[in-house]
Amino acid sequence: MLRLIFKKLGLLVPTFIGVTLTSFFFIRLLPGDPILLLAGERGVSPERYNELMVQFGYDKPVWEQYLSYLGNLFQGDLGVSIVTKQPVLQEFMTLFPATVELSICAIIFAVVVGLPAGIIAAVKRGKTLDHTVMTTALVGYSMPIFWWGLLLIIFFSGILGWTPVSGRISLLYWIEPVTGFMLIDTLLSDEPGAFASAVSHLILPTIVLGTIPLAVIARQTRSAMLEVLDEDYVRTARAKGLSNFRVIGIHALRNALIPVITIIGLQIGVLFAGAILTESIFSWPGIGKWMVDSIFRRDYPVVQGGLLMIAAIVMIVNLIVDLMYGLINPKIRHTE
Amino acid sequence: MSLKKSLLLGGSLFAAAVVAGPVMAKTLVYCSEGSPEGFTPSLYTAGTTFDASARQIYNKLVEFKPGTTEIVPALAESWEVSDDGKEYTFHLRKGVKFHTTKWFTPTRDFNADDVIFSFDRQDNKDNPYHNVSGGTYEYFNAMDMPDLIDSIEKVDDYTVKFKLTRPEAPMIANLAMGFASIQSAEYADAMLNSKETFDQKPVGTGPFQLVAYQKDALIRYKANPDYWRGKAPLDNLVFAITPDASVRYQKLAAGECHVMAYPNPADLEAMSKDPNITLLQQEGLNVGYLAYNTQQAPFDNPKVRKALNMAINKQAILDAVFQGVGQVAKNPIPPTMWSYNNEVVDDPYDPEAAKAALEAEGVTDLEMKIWAMPVQRPYNPNARRMAELLQADFAKVGVDVEIVTYEWGEYLKRSADEKRDGAVLLGWTGDNGDPDNFLAVLLSCDAVGGSNRAQWCNDEFNDLVEKAKQVSDVDERTRLYEEAQVVFKREAPWATIAHSLVSEPISVRVENYKIDPLGGHYFYGVDLK
Repeated sequence: MLRLIFKKLGLLVPTFIGVTLTSFFFIRLLPGDPILLLAGERGVSPERYNELMVQFGYDKPVWEQYLSYLGNLFQGDLGVSIVTKQPVLQEFMTLFPATVELSICAIIFAVVVGLPAGIIAAVKRGKTLDHTVMTTALVGYSMPIFWWGLLLIIFFSGILGWTPVSGRISLLYWIEPVTGFMLIDTLLSDEPGAFASAVSHLILPTIVLGTIPLAVIARQTRSAMLEVLDEDYVRTARAKGLSNFRVIGIHALRNALIPVITIIGLQIGVLFAGAILTESIFSWPGIGKWMVDSIFRRDYPVVQGGLLMIAAIVMIVNLIVDLMYGLINPKIRHTE
Repeated sequence: MSLKKSLLLGGSLFAAAVVAGPVMAKTLVYCSEGSPEGFTPSLYTAGTTFDASARQIYNKLVEFKPGTTEIVPALAESWEVSDDGKEYTFHLRKGVKFHTTKWFTPTRDFNADDVIFSFDRQDNKDNPYHNVSGGTYEYFNAMDMPDLIDSIEKVDDYTVKFKLTRPEAPMIANLAMGFASIQSAEYADAMLNSKETFDQKPVGTGPFQLVAYQKDALIRYKANPDYWRGKAPLDNLVFAITPDASVRYQKLAAGECHVMAYPNPADLEAMSKDPNITLLQQEGLNVGYLAYNTQQAPFDNPKVRKALNMAINKQAILDAVFQGVGQVAKNPIPPTMWSYNNEVVDDPYDPEAAKAALEAEGVTDLEMKIWAMPVQRPYNPNARRMAELLQADFAKVGVDVEIVTYEWGEYLKRSADEKRDGAVLLGWTGDNGDPDNFLAVLLSCDAVGGSNRAQWCNDEFNDLVEKAKQVSDVDERTRLYEEAQVVFKREAPWATIAHSLVSEPISVRVENYKIDPLGGHYFYGVDLK
């Protein structure tokens, strides 16, 4: 097991360097120049332009900029945003909990709904229920997030008035950020009703962000279950006269879960991608919105730093998933 | 409160909170379009930032009267200009208090030191704050202040003298802009050990003071109880940062915000029919244009430019692109601007005459590029569509148009190049209500290779605009600018296309809200029913 961990950790180093390279050079490959964008229609004089280039260090050759970027990284310095002049790490840390909170809710929602849906579809293979689940999953998977989000807002917030339109909490509350997680912070505060308000604000974005992982999980669970249900040991268990619940819930599910857990792990990357759109629709103050803005403004330090942090998190989550995979399925440990 | 109790209470109050929310003081929620870049206006250039800082937290020496471009006294009660136009003496208001906030308690009133500090920080590289928070003072530089200001002197605690290197008539209008906001020198001194804090936790003299800011979520203000114009009718002001225009509209319709910025043109009709929404509309201080490159053949020939202008069906563009929310432009400045020359006659839409005129100049089988901006702007909500309409219009007179576009930063850079090919679509929204801000910034010889996208340098026009800048008599300036517009129309460096209307939907509960022609959002004096 320890060897497995070291092996996986060793892989992180080249991946990490790869990410710094791509995030650094990709944003520079895009046309456009942060200094000109800073000035907008008004423009800058050539002298002023050169002055700013020197100030931001963009007058140096690109490889030199990259080396000094790497050097700063090793000192834990992700740089300073060109637009807001704030340290990138500080901005990331204030915005990240909002994204994590939303992503956790979305993944819980996806698992809680997707897993049973997949199991039911597998058990009722070929029946109407199976078709219904699979068609819904396909629709959910193919739905553009942006459109889906607006649709929910118009229906539940606009027409029915059940949920708030956007944001994390009613603006009438002022919650001091302690952990950055609104659900926890509202409980820590003494404002009555704040927690409920935070929950109500979470509902729609959770559904929107959770839809694609839900569909993926449901489909994956179904196919994994179908495979397992055909295995001899399941037939044996049935022949032994075990209850349907025991057969499906314990014998089959335990083995079917292995590929499903991998899929859930892989969804973390998908979640960050989805969060970018979801956060924009619901004005959710997380890193998704922040990254989009920064790409448009060619805010190089933010894009580099933000991508690096996201990549690091995805890598760590994947590592944890790999290890869990080993824990659940001892066969993996031995063959590695 | 214990966790368990909180949970219980939270659960039981869930429904109530969703429906009603707690009852509080008079709070206006403004659905803004983005996060401010920061709270020190001089460091930034975006209107969103000025809305959040310069227009609520700070005052300037002089300000625009709400809803107009008229200049009124603010922190300066009065001022005199010397006969040679090079000395401005400001008499400051007494008894003006800076905000008392959690992070700073002022011990003295506003005075001349604050004025000196606010400009010195931008001008003087040795000022301890000059390089703080990135230290790029784009507006200060773009308005040519470093060259223009010779010195700023404190005559006494309540008198400040600006000495200029040359007469500059738009000076007063410039001082009403966001970058000229007055910050507290006393607070700056107190923060010398943590200078970034000075920019993040603002202290001003304005109608609202900052309570809290959460990036990408909200900005919370409360009314300044000691405001020198009198406390605002609102107790609290909240900016709900909501980037998507459709979502802002939903929030307004649901009563979650009271004023919303920048509606989608497509939603305007529905808004005007909603009994809970008042749709305010006003002419914006802007112009959208097509700039030829007047340094390149055949566009170096005014007759060719004139002929092309005659081929453009502007009314069709106004209907299709602006959805009727605007008016056809004939001058490079909007009609709400003083010195607008209404006598100027626009080029008629006449494709036949245009074709004949082109042939007379020997221009046949002309192929040209039209540049379409990749972004939406008040002066041009859909440049791509506009370019397509121009393409069709020009095809009718035998001109073959290729539409090109670039990413916005690249577009701005390449379109400024003197060697650029073809004609570019662009526009301008006024900063300070002075004609100089359009005519000199966009069309003077100095601006060639920069904001003068037509690369047009005409001595006659340039002399008029230069002269107008140096006389302080408004009648005389008006005459000169009117004449400049005649020269502009004759020489046709641009096809002037449209001035748009600015629309702002507000809740019917909001009283006394005025649209700012300069595109800002002001909440002092606004009330809620």
